[in-house]
Amino acid sequence: MPDSTPQSVLRFEHVSITFGDTVALNDVSFDLKAGGTRIIYGAAGSGKSVMLKIALGLLKPSSGRVFVFGQDTTDLKEKDLFPIRSKMGVLFQEGGLFDSMTIEDNVAYPLENAITAPDGKARIPADQISGRVREALRFVELEQTLVKFPSELSGGMRRRAGIARATVNEPPLMLYDSPTAGLDPITANMIMALIIKARDTKNTTSAIVTHRYQDGQLLANFRYNPESGRLERTEKNGDGVCARTTFMVFGEGRLVFEGTQDELDRSADPYVSKFKAVKQ
Amino acid sequence: MLDFFKGPILALQDFFFLTGRALRNIFRSPHYTDDILLQMDIIGVGSLPIVILTGGFSGAVMALQMSRALATYGATGQVGQIVAITLVRELGPVLSALLVAGRSGSGMASELGSMKVTEQIDAMRALGTDPIQKLVTPRLLATAIMLPLLTIISDLVGLAGGFLVSSITLNTTASQYWNTAYRALVWNDLAQGLLKPFVFGIVIALVGCFYGLRTSGGTQGVGLATTKAVVVASVWIFVFTFFITQIFVNQQ
Ligand SMILES: Nc1ncnc2c1ncn2[C@@H]1O[C@H](COP(=O)(O)OP(=O)(O)O)[C@@H](O)[C@H]1O
Ligand SMILES: [Mg+2]
Repeated sequence: MPDSTPQSVLRFEHVSITFGDTVALNDVSFDLKAGGTRIIYGAAGSGKSVMLKIALGLLKPSSGRVFVFGQDTTDLKEKDLFPIRSKMGVLFQEGGLFDSMTIEDNVAYPLENAITAPDGKARIPADQISGRVREALRFVELEQTLVKFPSELSGGMRRRAGIARATVNEPPLMLYDSPTAGLDPITANMIMALIIKARDTKNTTSAIVTHRYQDGQLLANFRYNPESGRLERTEKNGDGVCARTTFMVFGEGRLVFEGTQDELDRSADPYVSKFKAVKQ
Repeated sequence: MLDFFKGPILALQDFFFLTGRALRNIFRSPHYTDDILLQMDIIGVGSLPIVILTGGFSGAVMALQMSRALATYGATGQVGQIVAITLVRELGPVLSALLVAGRSGSGMASELGSMKVTEQIDAMRALGTDPIQKLVTPRLLATAIMLPLLTIISDLVGLAGGFLVSSITLNTTASQYWNTAYRALVWNDLAQGLLKPFVFGIVIALVGCFYGLRTSGGTQGVGLATTKAVVVASVWIFVFTFFITQIFVNQQ
């Protein structure tokens, strides 16, 4: 992929959605390019989750258009959305792990579903599934929980299992909805490290919804070093992750800020500043 | 005024949409056979004990009530006939359906409801599975198949309960009881006795899944969905039994 002209991976054009009287998204436009990292801040109820669900085609916008990998998905039927969704990994805010299945079956689900998909094209041979599942769980350091059910895991472990399921078929676009919400700081940092590792080892385009300022700081300023297996700080002003990381701030369904970290730090908008204030 | 009707009409529209999709999926692949069998086990085998208990006692109560009334006409020999007709036509189907609505309909609403609020339904769609195909159609098929079978068992156990009571209180002989019971039933009775649970099964599954999939507002919403599913399904059972009976009465 030539670096000079990164392709558009996720593009919103004047997207609005209303539920009854609530305007959940109001004329939102943005463009996420291949290889980019997009951090989305916003107060609770500002429309962040709704935005991700529209990107996945789980909700239909009331007006505006949505493009995924350059394809207009706004009016696509559910059946035609399936092949596009298979290129998007998603970690839901509430986890979304299937309670009735073991962790192993949960993580295998995207692979097994790809075999029996309506288009009938087998993508992953059945005998490779188990290996891929183990590999995905090793990636999130959860190998020992294969036969456990989601209810038997802690909140942090469930998130990790969710990341394993989302990344198991190596989708080029990853969406994370509040991956650190409700976790203690240590666990939250561990989850962020995994997200950075997934981004840098698999070269995925990522959109991360969060309300923690540090999450954005980590994503923008650290990268995963495959040799040492650890995160390391990137130098600013290079063409590293920092340059490819952009921020958005949602407020009451509107996109109130879009820009780089420097622009975010300089912004004088009182609402945007709220997401910089909590700098512990 | 218009706003007052808007909610229910939109809900009805959603319900028919779900019904259409669930029925259409019966003839489409992928078929989740494992899920159908699992649901048949949960709904059918799981409901067996309570259906047997209530069926047996309802037959016994019928016999007890009728034995006094029939004694005044000196027609105690007819007790088998009366128990058979009321059980097969009405009591068996309706009681079994109410039990299954309370047990399985509520289960469907709460299971699908908690899947909805924990975003498992969204995850399913995101991973390329149609939740109606995977969740609703198996429950619909399983209930529509198992409820008639449960009703047959309930009818038989009810008849046996009736016999037990009438043989003790009225000294009815076995051949007398079972003969009148057997001769009382015509095809018409059996047809409506089986059509009813089939229809009720469809109603219970669709209503349970419908309210489950509509759940919003966290865990509180799940409780609300469960209650609604049972109440609405129970009411529809009575409405449908009235209309089905109406059709069969006219045919006689
Ligand atoms: N399915 C839905 N039905 C009705 N209202 C919804 C639905 N989903 C979200 N909303 C409303 O849209 C607004 C934005 O929600 P959401 O995107 O979940 O916020 P957050 O930014 O905290 O993720 C909220 O007011 C919420 O109540
Ligand atoms: Mg949210």
